[in-house]
Amino acid sequence: MDQFMQQVINGLSLGSIYALIALGYTMVYGIINLINFAHCDIYMIGAYVGYFCLTVFKLDFVTTVLVAMAACTVLGVTIEKVAYKPLRNSSRITALITAIGVSLFLEYGMMFLVGPNVRTYPEITGLLAEKFNIGNVIVSTQQVIIVGISLLLMVLLQFIVKKTRIGKGMRAVTLDADAARLMGINVDSTISFTFVLGSAFAGIAGVLVGVYYNSINPLMGYLPGLKAFIAAVFGGIGSIPGAMIGGYTIGMVEVMVSGYANSMYKDAVVFAILILILIVKPTGLLGRNVREKV
Amino acid sequence: MSVKELVKKPVLRKGIGLGAVFIIVQLLLMTGVMNDYYFATLVTICINIILASSLNLITGFTGQLSLGHAGFMSIGAYTCAIFMMNVPPGWGVGAFLAGVLLGAVAAGVVGLLVGLPTLRLRGDYLAIATLGLSEIIRIIMVNLDITNGAAGLSGVPRFVNWIWLFVFTAGVVLLIANFLNSKHGRACKAIREDEIAADTMGVNTTRYKVIAFIVGAFSAGIAGALYASYFYVIKPDLFGFLKSVDILVIVVLGGLGSLSGSILAAILLAVMSSLLQSFAEIRMVLYAVMLVAIMIFRPQGLMGSKEISLALLKKFGKNLTFKKKRV
Repeated sequence: MDQFMQQVINGLSLGSIYALIALGYTMVYGIINLINFAHCDIYMIGAYVGYFCLTVFKLDFVTTVLVAMAACTVLGVTIEKVAYKPLRNSSRITALITAIGVSLFLEYGMMFLVGPNVRTYPEITGLLAEKFNIGNVIVSTQQVIIVGISLLLMVLLQFIVKKTRIGKGMRAVTLDADAARLMGINVDSTISFTFVLGSAFAGIAGVLVGVYYNSINPLMGYLPGLKAFIAAVFGGIGSIPGAMIGGYTIGMVEVMVSGYANSMYKDAVVFAILILILIVKPTGLLGRNVREKV
Repeated sequence: MSVKELVKKPVLRKGIGLGAVFIIVQLLLMTGVMNDYYFATLVTICINIILASSLNLITGFTGQLSLGHAGFMSIGAYTCAIFMMNVPPGWGVGAFLAGVLLGAVAAGVVGLLVGLPTLRLRGDYLAIATLGLSEIIRIIMVNLDITNGAAGLSGVPRFVNWIWLFVFTAGVVLLIANFLNSKHGRACKAIREDEIAADTMGVNTTRYKVIAFIVGAFSAGIAGALYASYFYVIKPDLFGFLKSVDILVIVVLGGLGSLSGSILAAILLAVMSSLLQSFAEIRMVLYAVMLVAIMIFRPQGLMGSKEISLALLKKFGKNLTFKKKRV
């Protein structure tokens, strides 16, 4: 039982990170119908920015997170303006391949700039490094912070989307971009704002992963990115609570498979879940059913 | 029938063209102009032609975006390699031919099993499902004993020479070209243009999508088997997501829905890749930049959905002379 509870705690922290990345995928997919393959590399860049802030500039944790968020936001919006905006009216496959191209560019560009080797995050000291026991289960402050930050951000995001003016605009563009434009909504700036939110979240996730798992490399984004996308599909693409549920489910499944079965197969199980959910309920758990128009 | 009429027959024309290519390369090989390095590039080109035309059948002609083509290739490669390494050496070239056939059939069967459930999905969902499946195949290859895990298999007997390479490449391209010119091919194109309309006109969309998927997987299996039998070594990492993207890039660069475009792009990319060999560090960066630039400035690829044909060349020539007159 103790071991099980320990796995649950680990699953929650991993799931929080997937959920944070999944939010970026789900919002962008909801608004421009594009699987933003570059999103996972924005997360990787966030981790690197965090690394340099902590080691070279010796900033404290909170400032590091803020700097990483800012850098990722700038990067995300630049990608949107340079690569995706000219393709707004072209076919889906064109946009998808562009996204893959941008992703390769970021991965190999980073490999060229900082080298392909793995880097270790500096040891975090003070409050963040502490561990305490609940019964026989060990919980670290880091895990509490990871789960706390992600829950807080998701509540914040839900508030932005449901209660603010710009959030209303985002929902309108998601439903019908042309009609939204006719109603006086600036579609381009709404899409940019979506990228701002998604990239900022990816930046935070990057720093948190660096602190939690200690090691980063230029290709670190690929697998978590895919899994976060799976989480988004699982929960229903375009739905914010869905991304959260999906993220926690995928994180939990992964931890349980490596804990109780063969850890080599944990990725295969996640992909199998994806295929299963696509076959049984392609819209995901909370996705809305869009009727096909002829 | 006069000689002139005979020459006008398309079958004969194709035969003459293919024969000329075969003889020219054979002469280059015999005179030693084409050394081992060039021949290795030629093998890569031919394998890429097979992969790109088979993916073009699925993505360009039937309109089903697949991001997992490397998975089928790896099944062909592993099946062929394991078979060839376990038969008695006396089988000679028979082992190679049986291995290629077995690899292709295995890939085709997996294509059928994968295609039946996933082809109900549309667009991006299908892309992600195929990507997931090819990752599952890769993870299984890493974990099985018979595939020797992440280290992969080495010492696969080499039987691929120019004759077999030519036979299989030309065979696959002709198979796909003829498939596209048949009733089945037209049904596939109808699905690409508008799936609902095709369905209403009585095309069994699921059936044709699965058929296209199986033919594509079968051909990818052949490509994988050829790869295994030329390059000695195969390991799961060779057939990852990046390989699938490579194949897709060839197809999109050549033009979705243009077989000759795929062939042209496969040759062009291989030449470019060997030219960039000396800039190994930024090669992938340049590749990525090129990919994005093509998508922004020429999203329809080099050929669009046209084929290279004499008629097209004549039209091109006419346009040139026309422009000259106007000046």
